[in-house]
Amino acid sequence: MSMGAAGTQTAATDGSAVPATDEFLKGVWKQNPVFVQVLGMCPVLAVSNTATNALAMGSATMAVLVLSNLAVSCLRQVIPPQVRIVTYILIIATLVTIVDHLIQAWSVELHRALGAFISLIVVNCLILGRAEALAAHSSPLRALWDALGMGTGFLLALFCLGAVRELIGSGSLFGVSVLGPQYQGWVVMMLPPGGFFVLAGWLMLFSWVGRPAHAVAAGLPDRASELGRKA
Amino acid sequence: MNQEPLWSIFIGSALINNFVLAYFLGLCPFLGVSGRLTTAFRMGLAVTVVMIIAAVCGYGLRWLLAVLNAPYLSLISLIAVIASTVQVVEMAVRKFSPALFRALGIFLPLMTTNCAILGSVLFQSNRGLGMVQSLVFAAGAGLGFTLALVLMAGLRERLGLARTPDVVRGTALTLVIAGILSMAFMGFSGLGG
Repeated sequence: MSMGAAGTQTAATDGSAVPATDEFLKGVWKQNPVFVQVLGMCPVLAVSNTATNALAMGSATMAVLVLSNLAVSCLRQVIPPQVRIVTYILIIATLVTIVDHLIQAWSVELHRALGAFISLIVVNCLILGRAEALAAHSSPLRALWDALGMGTGFLLALFCLGAVRELIGSGSLFGVSVLGPQYQGWVVMMLPPGGFFVLAGWLMLFSWVGRPAHAVAAGLPDRASELGRKA
Repeated sequence: MNQEPLWSIFIGSALINNFVLAYFLGLCPFLGVSGRLTTAFRMGLAVTVVMIIAAVCGYGLRWLLAVLNAPYLSLISLIAVIASTVQVVEMAVRKFSPALFRALGIFLPLMTTNCAILGSVLFQSNRGLGMVQSLVFAAGAGLGFTLALVLMAGLRERLGLARTPDVVRGTALTLVIAGILSMAFMGFSGLGG
């Protein structure tokens, strides 16, 4: 649904053996979920105010993505096509509930910092998008590599945002002071507007360096209309 | 039970903690549907209606799960309830206003994966709001979402006429505008205590 172009492309190449490294690198760079596809923006902006939160959120999303891709891929012969979206969402919701409880058991502090956004992984367009676009018609191994790549790309993007926001906002990284005690933090970077500004900055940097040529070749349509269809 | 006054809940969810500009919820439609003013307004209203219905269902569900003593099922049941609510609203809109149904198109069914709706129900349960409070919260959140969407659409309609450098065109520029709007909305903090 969300990645019509990417979906048909992978469908065309499905069956022929795709090297695992290609499958992995595709998600990390060529089709980076955040910087190229602009998917799953809500958690990207909301919990990237420090590098630690960003890493935790990225890992949680990646875990759910890997498990849901595997589950959907294994069950792809069983799931009736009419109710597939509902089934995917229920699978994802189950996995998110498990991850939510695991994080709570591991660190109550982290659980409080991420708040409702762990639960909101359920409606992350990226996870449903991968289930629909790739896992629904691929072997478990391929789905696993795809999920690992996409998850790593998502994690990297979140870390890029979180690190910049924390560094400018409070002069520290992972809670350790980097810029020295005399540095006056830009509080706005830790607040909501900072998230918008830093992400805009990264997108500008990427389009200035040159929008990845393969993104154009893959026929990714205008981002606005793409997002519009997915909503 | 949370004793917060209703007007403070309403202002809080509509302006101070605006769903789009402070919580970053529902960004996909915010970036995707804010191209035209009329569509943006209708989308906002549809989200508000679903949010209010979902708030009632969510309250009932919380009560039911408390009786059954099965809190770990909340997320799974909530998403199922929201999906069915969206389905019902879709059928109702198709029956009573085919014109509006056509105007909203694909956005209606895709509301299931709109994090603003799930987020609003989750926040209500986290804050322990009562039935009426949940309704007011949902109405405020929905209207705040509509406000942000309409503001953005108005700005983008004007921006279409402006000359912008290639580097910032597209999502980056929209995000910068959203950041500035978000800073403006920070001015509301402190309103209503």
